[in-house]
Amino acid sequence: MQDVAIVGVGCTPVGEPWDKSLREIAVDSTWNALDDAGTDEVDGLVVGNMSSGNFIDQESLGSLIADYGGLGNISAFKVEGACGSAGAAFKAGVMAVASGYHDVVCVTGVEKMTDVVGNSATKILANACDREYEAIHGVTFVGLNAMIMKRYMHDYKVTREQISTFPVNSHKNGVKNPNAMFRREISLDTVLNSPMVADPLTVMDCAPICDGAASVILTTRERAREFTDTPVFIKGCSVKVDTIGVHDRATVTSMAATKAAAKDAFAQAKMEPKDIQTAELHDAFSIMGVIGLEDLGFVAAGKGAKFAADGEIAIGGKLPCCTMGGLKARGHPVGATGVYQIVELAKNIRGDGVIDVENGIAQNIGGTGSTVSVAILGRDD
Amino acid sequence: MPSSVPRHWRENIKRYRLLGTKCVSCGTIHYPRRTVCPSCKAREMEEYQFKGSGKIYSYTIIRSPPEGYEFCKPYAAALIELEEGEIITAQLTDCNFDDLEIGLPVESVIRRMFAYGESGIIVYGYKFRPILPRM
Amino acid sequence: MKTIKDVGIVGYGAYVPMYRIKNSDIARVWGNDPVRVPVKEKSVPGPDEDACTIACEAAKNSLLRAGIDPHSLGAVWVGTESKPYAVKPTATIVAEVIGATPAINAADWEFACKAGTEALQGAFGYVGSGMAPYALAIGVDTAQGQPADALEYTAAAGGAGFIVGPAEESLAHYEGSYSFVTDTPDFWRRQHEHYPKHASRFTGTPAYFYHVTNATRRMCDELGKEPNDYDYVIFHQPNTKFPMAAAKMLGVDKEKVIPGLISPYIGNTYAGSSLVGLAAVFDVASPGETVLCVSYGSGAGSDVFSFSVTEKITEARNKAPNLKSYVGRRLEIDYATYARYRGKIRM
Repeated sequence: MQDVAIVGVGCTPVGEPWDKSLREIAVDSTWNALDDAGTDEVDGLVVGNMSSGNFIDQESLGSLIADYGGLGNISAFKVEGACGSAGAAFKAGVMAVASGYHDVVCVTGVEKMTDVVGNSATKILANACDREYEAIHGVTFVGLNAMIMKRYMHDYKVTREQISTFPVNSHKNGVKNPNAMFRREISLDTVLNSPMVADPLTVMDCAPICDGAASVILTTRERAREFTDTPVFIKGCSVKVDTIGVHDRATVTSMAATKAAAKDAFAQAKMEPKDIQTAELHDAFSIMGVIGLEDLGFVAAGKGAKFAADGEIAIGGKLPCCTMGGLKARGHPVGATGVYQIVELAKNIRGDGVIDVENGIAQNIGGTGSTVSVAILGRDD
Repeated sequence: MPSSVPRHWRENIKRYRLLGTKCVSCGTIHYPRRTVCPSCKAREMEEYQFKGSGKIYSYTIIRSPPEGYEFCKPYAAALIELEEGEIITAQLTDCNFDDLEIGLPVESVIRRMFAYGESGIIVYGYKFRPILPRM
Repeated sequence: MKTIKDVGIVGYGAYVPMYRIKNSDIARVWGNDPVRVPVKEKSVPGPDEDACTIACEAAKNSLLRAGIDPHSLGAVWVGTESKPYAVKPTATIVAEVIGATPAINAADWEFACKAGTEALQGAFGYVGSGMAPYALAIGVDTAQGQPADALEYTAAAGGAGFIVGPAEESLAHYEGSYSFVTDTPDFWRRQHEHYPKHASRFTGTPAYFYHVTNATRRMCDELGKEPNDYDYVIFHQPNTKFPMAAAKMLGVDKEKVIPGLISPYIGNTYAGSSLVGLAAVFDVASPGETVLCVSYGSGAGSDVFSFSVTEKITEARNKAPNLKSYVGRRLEIDYATYARYRGKIRM
């Protein structure tokens, strides 16, 4: 198996680009990354996307994006893992290069959520849950996370005030990210007093519905310096699953898939949580950020909220998280998010980000924890 | 939206009666039903009838329902720990939101879950309510 | 009428939704006198309830009291004029829910407010002739009252189910029944209309009173009894006035009617009406007491049943919630919420 490096990154600004279709933002992002790598050579494209069939009645994204991207008869297909699609696609891309199958692979995560109006997106997002035994009861994706949060608060005697420091931190970090959907700070008061979506999660605890595409160019360690002087290496990359329904989890307040993927990724990287300098967590809902800190091994179970409330997740804290806005402020175009996280980590590691670190970890969650990818990136040592 | 008739018909009886499975090898009970036991990977199952009583394990109030569920808005949804130990997801009904709490005993009832518009099929199934006080 | 085999009621159960709207609130909205109203308040089905869900709970309660294997039922019959499907029986869903399928007859019956007792009459015949060991008959409705119409005050929701079985297992022994029917159009609903229509004062003397009194007298003549011989007399109860007036006409003491008179608290549950009253009586009657149940359905007709309560009632009645538990469980809603729940708001 070969070592894999990221030699180019690109993305589109997250938001509601009414005038751009899915294929347009995907192609924009793909070529942004190819331009960043200074190449037009690519052997394979892996597309991360959750639900183009439902949002825009379009499947066959591998062909669509390769075609409109002018990439020719390359290998291209879509990988799906709900809101963890991009993280899973990233692993597929890494495997393609690591195995020697392809030399240069582009991974593009893309989601166009705003072509459907009204509350259709809520129904489509519930496809990430167990349709037959969760979603059919009208529970909604936010609702499931709200129940996780309520149980967490009950078990660990933690408050909303502590948990909701996550969106406050994400918004603060989003201000400096030109690609972020929200670039204004919000106060804890604003989060706590914004309208309830599913008690106890308010509007401001939840990532927005939006569109976006992000891409990375992968190649082997040998070829990396043909494209860039600052390659970022993939030290560990893993995708693991857990039960599809929250009701079948061993415990509702922890994600076994995260723990399994983290264990695998840390083993590949020969690293431990204490070695990690920054984390792009999956703060789709404030509680997920809290639980992510615990499941990845940064703090003990039940201690995540306090860690965040103590300011340790801020830039300058023990473990800067969501440094370019996270899912809450940069945005969460579901099937694209995992690659946005990689792009942001890579920038921070190679020197054109917002912090200067040697390594970082990204956690991308599909569903309520049914599919989780964990990737550890670093400079060459 | 066209009615997914076979999909609901297939599930109806289990949904009406909370009918799950029990692993013949290791005895673990499951709702919803399984064909492969998640505990021991065995593939022989027998039917298991859950009693329909339990308590709230966690809950939330849905204020932004998905398409087709606005008719009950706002409504409570919960993770219910059945008396047999199994946890399932369900909507709560006939309840005062202020009375809800983790640990509240509940019982299953049959309610209208949703319908495919005015002309499509109606899907009935289980919801849970706080236990009816006897007078 | 009598059956060949000796039969009776082996299980019964009722259900009333928890929401209530005060008659005074309805009157206020339509500019009427909030004091001169037919009942105090009526029951309103929740947004996730309908005749089918109510029938399911009534059926479940009656099975709890009967203590029989649902597979031994030979029929599940639902009488209602608020079928969720115009074509597709409510009864098949109920039968599936209670686990009585597939060796069963299931069907929906219609005869306005006496659809439930129709089904009960049929159940006595089915079991009484030996065709099946047990049969379940349910009367249920989520009646729709036309806004601003007089009937809006009372059109309510509720239902009751009765399992007929062998007399030796019964909590109330069946002594006989009667059906009295004519073609009398006092109240009707054309096929695609949403609300029913009625003939105002014509619904009184030539309709309700004519059929109720005639059916009762003929039933009693057959049995060699007087209506006032019974310990309890239940009438179809569209309001409080009609059943009390019928009692007076038949010489029945007021006190015998009151235990089975639930409409002042929950309104008129249409096909559930007299049957919910019968369930209320079974909740309190003592072994040895006699019960006369008189239904009325527009169109028009009346079914009458004569029962004598057995000692099995004492144990059976505690096996499921009594009617008082349902009537006592109430959440008052305003007219706007009621209009929303009943689908009266044009969207």
